[in-house]
Amino acid sequence: MFDWLFRYANPARFMGLTTTLLPWLSGAAVLALAAGLYLGFSAPPDYQQGRTVLILFIHVPAAIMSTMVYGCIVVASLFSLVNRHILADVAARTAAPLGAIFTLLALATGSLWGRPMWGVWWVWGDARLTSTLVQFFLYLGYIALWGAIEDETRAARICAVLALVGAVNIPIIKYSVEWWATLHQGESIMSGKLAGVFLTPWLVMMLFYVLLFVCLWLVRIRTMILERRIRSLMQGAS
Amino acid sequence: MTPFLALLSRDLRLSVREGGGAALALVFFALVATLVPLGVGSDLALLAKVGSGVLWVGAALAALLSLDRLFQADYEDGSLDLIALSPLSLEGTAAAKILAHWLSIGLPLTLFSPILSVFFGLSAPTVMALTLSLAIGTPAVSAVGAILASLTLSVRRGGLILPLLVLPLLVPVVIFGAGMAVEVQTGLANGAPRFLLAFSLGATLLSPFITAMAVRLNLAG
Amino acid sequence: MNFDMSPYGAFIWPAYGLSALLLGSFTLWTIARWRAAKAKLASLEQK
Repeated sequence: MFDWLFRYANPARFMGLTTTLLPWLSGAAVLALAAGLYLGFSAPPDYQQGRTVLILFIHVPAAIMSTMVYGCIVVASLFSLVNRHILADVAARTAAPLGAIFTLLALATGSLWGRPMWGVWWVWGDARLTSTLVQFFLYLGYIALWGAIEDETRAARICAVLALVGAVNIPIIKYSVEWWATLHQGESIMSGKLAGVFLTPWLVMMLFYVLLFVCLWLVRIRTMILERRIRSLMQGAS
Repeated sequence: MTPFLALLSRDLRLSVREGGGAALALVFFALVATLVPLGVGSDLALLAKVGSGVLWVGAALAALLSLDRLFQADYEDGSLDLIALSPLSLEGTAAAKILAHWLSIGLPLTLFSPILSVFFGLSAPTVMALTLSLAIGTPAVSAVGAILASLTLSVRRGGLILPLLVLPLLVPVVIFGAGMAVEVQTGLANGAPRFLLAFSLGATLLSPFITAMAVRLNLAG
Repeated sequence: MNFDMSPYGAFIWPAYGLSALLLGSFTLWTIARWRAAKAKLASLEQK
């Protein structure tokens, strides 16, 4: 089932494939951004939220990407441990800073959306926001661990285990935070609802975020592959 | 004496001889319980509200202190290679070390908590619930801590990164542990005990296997 | 396109601004690093 994947997991083939794909993907990303911004700013104010609904167009995609990127790291980590493939190691490592940025944006935009809505900059009672905060720490820890271990292959395996342990824990953490939020919140929390007319701009922005991630991820992997070649050339010369 | 008990008693002896056993953790725990009222104010009604949570956080932090040496000391002087060759499986080794950590750190913290509860004016039933929650939850802290300690055993200044890695994973333990004390304090059943118990059981059962895997990854290099 | 954000402008623009700043600079940095690697590899392979 994964034969096609392994065929392109060969670094040389991977470089070839991505060289062809990237111009199209990045072009599509730019189009999606332009279309999303146009649709978003043309939309009328929401009945309840006014124009702050605009923030949801960049908050919800960022929050979804925060989870999705971690999912990519988990999948890459599985391949890293089971198949011991260098491309999987590189894929996991390069995705992490992107995931951290998306998570940070989700937190910041969530806070900026919440202030006019709830009156406060942070609401602990919002289980999703609190879980995102914990997720941010998980990203930071993962990135820190990669930097702390010198041997790259060993670092890849160890960080893969960390990612998987985190993956198992995340549903438990999310459940415990939800449980805690229902226990402690007094006021009712208004969640960000997107009615019909706002669905299209949000979907287009979501598409942009996904395309942006894929493009940046592929470029970073390609860069890492080149940097490995550089290092082996320099070691061979010395 | 079985290899398991031999390793267990060796680790316990080492923790007393080299680390002063629980002393550092207990003093740290007491310092947290002292600093929070100093920072928050002496209003006993407020302190009673936050007491269980503060003590749980203090215990979790105190338990982290000795975690980085759990495997690193043996790794650095070569004993870990010898232990890996012993008749005791790595999973058994991990289990022995987790148990040693709990006996030397987690259990003393648990037993010390009723005394520190005085700083927060907690009622007797709440203190009992808090102590029980710590008894159930601190094994999970040792278990989860052991996983991360084994992953970072080759990192020279691993002690700095360990809290960053462990604390997010301990969020459920702190939530349900403090929640268990709050349940008694407010008189409203909230289901915390069974979640705490489930998490603790799961963590202590799974941790030896993951810890052993991490040790193998580090020794293989 | 409607740019009248009252009264929420102080929240909407920083949100978009921060997103543009972080994502934009990360994109630029990624591209810069790629170009540097490509150049370095080319110079190494010429030797």
